Amino acid sequence: MPRKTLVEAKTREPPSQELIVVPQKHIGRWSLAAAVILAISWLGYNVSTISVIDYGAIPRYLFNASILQGVLLTVELAVIAQVIGVIIGIVLSAAKLSGNPVLVWLVTAYVWVFRGSPLILQILFWYNGILLVFPRIALKVPFIDWTLFDIPTSSILTVFVASLLALSLNQGAYMAEIVRGGILAVDRGQMEASNALGLTGLKTFRYVLMPQVIRVIIPPTGNQFLSMIKDTSLISVIAGGELLTTVRDIYSTNSLIFELLAVACFWYLVLTSIAYAGQHAIERRLARGHLPATGGF
Amino acid sequence: MVLPNDSASGVSPMPVVSARGVHKTLGKTEVLKGIDLDVQAGKTVVFMGGSGSGKTTLLRCINHLATIDRGRLLVDGDPVGYAERDGKLFELRGAEIARRRAKIGMVFQHFNLFPHLTVLENVTLAPRKVKGLTAKEAEELAAGLLTRVKLGDKLGSYPSSLSGGQQQRVAIARALAMKPILMLFDEPTSALDPELVGEVLDVIREVSDSGMTSIIVTHEVGFAREVADDVAFMSGGKVVEFGAPDQVLGAPKDDRTKAFLQRVLS
Repeated sequence: MPRKTLVEAKTREPPSQELIVVPQKHIGRWSLAAAVILAISWLGYNVSTISVIDYGAIPRYLFNASILQGVLLTVELAVIAQVIGVIIGIVLSAAKLSGNPVLVWLVTAYVWVFRGSPLILQILFWYNGILLVFPRIALKVPFIDWTLFDIPTSSILTVFVASLLALSLNQGAYMAEIVRGGILAVDRGQMEASNALGLTGLKTFRYVLMPQVIRVIIPPTGNQFLSMIKDTSLISVIAGGELLTTVRDIYSTNSLIFELLAVACFWYLVLTSIAYAGQHAIERRLARGHLPATGGF
Repeated sequence: MVLPNDSASGVSPMPVVSARGVHKTLGKTEVLKGIDLDVQAGKTVVFMGGSGSGKTTLLRCINHLATIDRGRLLVDGDPVGYAERDGKLFELRGAEIARRRAKIGMVFQHFNLFPHLTVLENVTLAPRKVKGLTAKEAEELAAGLLTRVKLGDKLGSYPSSLSGGQQQRVAIARALAMKPILMLFDEPTSALDPELVGEVLDVIREVSDSGMTSIIVTHEVGFAREVADDVAFMSGGKVVEFGAPDQVLGAPKDDRTKAFLQRVLS
């Protein structure tokens, strides 16, 4: 008996040498990568030797005062229009969820018009169209001949105001759908639990609903803001003074078209990268309570 | 048909919950067809019945999460969600409804904890924002209650990291934190894995034993028999049998009760 078990134990022993795992060799991957790098280097070399491009002009204009002014205005337009857009979105989504048939119809029509037509057309409308149709803005008290104010439209509807109107009204249409989706994504039971605890509608909205809605709508809102930064460039059709307008103004005088477009490209990439990093940071902060188990303390 | 003992009401104190001829229609179906019921202070009443019998709807009407169409439903002497004038019930404004609801604790089938708040914040939210307790007062109250439901070590956790049984115990602590005069439990163990039912029932039993007036909707016949002072058996929107658990569950008179118990216990 003991002998037999000894033999059995011996045969079950693992091989004395450990086996070495040889990973798959990605020959195709390596050769493709080499070919692509070669092609890009060749292209880059050719571009760099084009004598008509004044490479020195790019760093020279990167921090040019006019360019920086344009960058600043781009940031202002994007941030203010986005904030107004979010507010419009919250109001519109609340109206759409109110169940009031007139409001629901109005919001649907609003979203249909502003999402269904090109933004560049809306910009032209707000600036050129309105000025032509309504040259003056006046508020008169009906029945008695008393004018509260009567001013030329162009004094209010500056390029900046027209740009903000166009960008924020357009953004509001997209945000309305995003916020509505966020509110619908919160479980009905959350509202019931909050109400059952004696929290009023406003407190339920503030402490229970909104924190959960915000978490849901941050990623799509961040994407909207990235688009907004880029869409401000459309304002250049009404010479709004933002980055692309500035760049075009400069190259129309010195013909450094490629160089100045490269400068604009650099700044747009910087702005969108900052926005992306910010979005990522906010998302991580708001993920509290939705991460895998963290345990107690 | 159950008629609460009206002759005794002159002697006994005012019931915490009192229903008379409560009717409710959802869509085209009449889900409550005239409910008469009294729940005396300190008592635990279990609602039983098949699905669609109206037991959950009745529970939700008690704290005005569902509205009633006809009849009188009083909690602590007041109609919840309404003011009675000239023989009519006028629906109250939100703030007044909220004030009356704050006296009634509710525990839901699916817990409904606030996922963006920690366990401690879930329990302190209403005491702070409704009753105006300071953060410190609310936290002391909450820590005590969470220890009572044996979750004193989970204060900083988020609901998503807890088991269903733990979440439901947090929900019970959250409701108790408002120091309610009445606790409503809506199928508190129906969404739980079988092995987690016991820990939640233990907590509910403890709450009931502490003298809290409680109404529990449950299918746990054994638990009902043990914890209930009275069992209301509902069918087709009516209370068809009401009485001590030994009587209603042990020796049911009504055919519908008999049939239900046979299905549940077999």
